[in-house]
Amino acid sequence: MSNRVINLLVPVISIILGLIVGAIVMIFSGYDPVTAYIALWNGIFGDAYAIGETIRQISPYILAGLAVAFAFRAGLFNIGVEGQLIVGWFAAAYVGSAFDLPKIIHLPFALIAAALAGALWGLVPGILKAALRVHEVIVTIMMNYIALHVVNALIKTVSGSYKTEKIHETASLRSEFLSNITDYSTLHYGILVALAMVGVMWFLLDKTKTGYELKSVGFNEHASQYAGMNVNRNIVLSMVISGAFAGLAGSMEALGTFGYLANLGGFTGIGFDGIAVALLGANTPLGVIFGASLFGSLKYGAGNMPNEAGVPTEIVSIIIALIIFFVASGYIIRVILNRVNKKKGAK
Amino acid sequence: MRKSKLGLALAMMLVIGGLLGACGTDKGKEKDEGATGSSEVNENAVSVAMVTDTGGVDDKSFNQSAWKGIEEYGKKNGLEKGDGGYDYLQSNDASEYASNLNRLVRRDFDVVYGIGFLLKDAIETIAKENPDAMFGLVDEESDVENVASIMFKEQEGAFLAGAAAALMTKSDKIGFVGGMEIPVIERFHAGFVAGVAAVNPDIKVDVQYTGNFDKAEDGKAAANRMYTSGVDIIFHAAGGTGNGVFSEAKERKAANPDEYIWVIGVDSDQYDEGQVGDHNITLTSMLKRVDLSVMSVAELAEKDEFPGGEITRYGIAEGMIELADSRGAIPQDILDKIDELSKKIVDGEIEVPEDPKQ
Repeated sequence: MSNRVINLLVPVISIILGLIVGAIVMIFSGYDPVTAYIALWNGIFGDAYAIGETIRQISPYILAGLAVAFAFRAGLFNIGVEGQLIVGWFAAAYVGSAFDLPKIIHLPFALIAAALAGALWGLVPGILKAALRVHEVIVTIMMNYIALHVVNALIKTVSGSYKTEKIHETASLRSEFLSNITDYSTLHYGILVALAMVGVMWFLLDKTKTGYELKSVGFNEHASQYAGMNVNRNIVLSMVISGAFAGLAGSMEALGTFGYLANLGGFTGIGFDGIAVALLGANTPLGVIFGASLFGSLKYGAGNMPNEAGVPTEIVSIIIALIIFFVASGYIIRVILNRVNKKKGAK
Repeated sequence: MRKSKLGLALAMMLVIGGLLGACGTDKGKEKDEGATGSSEVNENAVSVAMVTDTGGVDDKSFNQSAWKGIEEYGKKNGLEKGDGGYDYLQSNDASEYASNLNRLVRRDFDVVYGIGFLLKDAIETIAKENPDAMFGLVDEESDVENVASIMFKEQEGAFLAGAAAALMTKSDKIGFVGGMEIPVIERFHAGFVAGVAAVNPDIKVDVQYTGNFDKAEDGKAAANRMYTSGVDIIFHAAGGTGNGVFSEAKERKAANPDEYIWVIGVDSDQYDEGQVGDHNITLTSMLKRVDLSVMSVAELAEKDEFPGGEITRYGIAEGMIELADSRGAIPQDILDKIDELSKKIVDGEIEVPEDPKQ
């Protein structure tokens, strides 16, 4: 087997293993795995509506994954995507509802506001890391809580109610066209924004001097310093760009899915899932699309399992976790495949 | 050697799968039991389904009460759980509200309920796309034509709870633990404070919102602070967060059975939550009969009188709001006084405010 075949085989085998173990769990708990998996499949690809909703679910995951991956390439672990996403969500919802502008200005304005808010939330841990060597993991975790509660307080002060005003049509990513072709799903143009950002990240990292420096700092800070790069500047920059991606993920929810932001009782989880998305995708822009598609489809499609097959939500969560678990442990399968390969070669 | 390792890994996977499976079994069985048992089939009965908010169907309060009502309606009319009968879908995330509602509409349920104010936007969107379907929205008002809004006068029940607390307190310090600062919870808050003031205007009510409905540890911390500062009765309107209030009170009671502390439960009768050894720290509970309201709307739909586009407000007068049996915790003379206040509310002599700022 060539490396290329192995690269293809690993994720496929991982998913199949996950499905098998999930099936065992279901058999033991007295549910029919075949109907359940058909329900999962239908939930993801069953009809135009399901496909629309699945794509809608994937969009914020792509951006959250990009945010984690980008920081990771510069050697930083951004756990703060969740908080950056929340401030981005608020900024987009606020700009979307507070201003009256033509669409061509309003929509980009709202998107930029979300990116800036997220960038600002990434700037703080970036500066602390660069100037004082405070570990970014601690700062970003704490910034998540600050974001959650500050945003909840802001919603109350700005709108006087438990949620922000609905955004104006001019700031919305929703479109009648997309809605119509997917049988009234909430699919919106956010997926294009997300894919564009995948391109931006690829270009930044692989085609510019800045990207080269960022990666170099990620590989070896000291060597980069010695080579004359400004390490501190690169640390701050990577956190800011990472935060901007996360802020945009929030704008998907504000301008597309919901159209407002309601008081949050806890974290959305998208930011944390973004860590897994990035790692599944090996921190590459294209890999992130794969990771996000897997996460988004499973998350949305899983909702159909209680609906069509009567499997309780708790069991569904276990099965989805198992599938992701096996995909994430793809390394093990790779090792096994390589060994099998070697053996054959020896013979 | 390698082969045996692989075998070991596979064996472990099976064991883990088996363990996880075993954990899940009980739940599945419980559910099946709930679905059995039916009486005569009512030909006119409508099929009903609900979408929970993120609290889940077993939240021991709001969603659970609604599901109880739906199950009861289904069994009473000989319906079966599933298509054409009754069912529920649980939302794990706010983004699932709309798709869950849509899934149920596509399965042709006659009446689909959204449980909780958070579902308002989702229900309005789906209702407009499906003008022939009927929707019920609990705890929020909508003017869409095929949405029946079910509202409660929580302030009335909270008023009685407040009066009971003010009559029972020994330290003249009373606490209120709220979940999120949203209109529903503010109605509890306003009614409670007004009820306390109606009995004794000098009593100070210590109010704390935790900002969530699912963090028992926050409720516990709030209760700890309040009891330490001398509060002896706490009323919670905080869903799962309120479970922390109970655990704090129970711990204190277990450590010192002579300590005079009480909790007032909410939504369902929370007497069982308060049992600690031979004592029980649940003074009473303010019942909000979501189950009855859900059934009543289904019965109206059955008779072609579905109250679409209307807002129905249920209170004490309709029998949808009341205090639970205190099982002797409240002496009879105080119960009589509470009954008197309750009658005055029904007669309109007392108007309970909805907004704590009034």
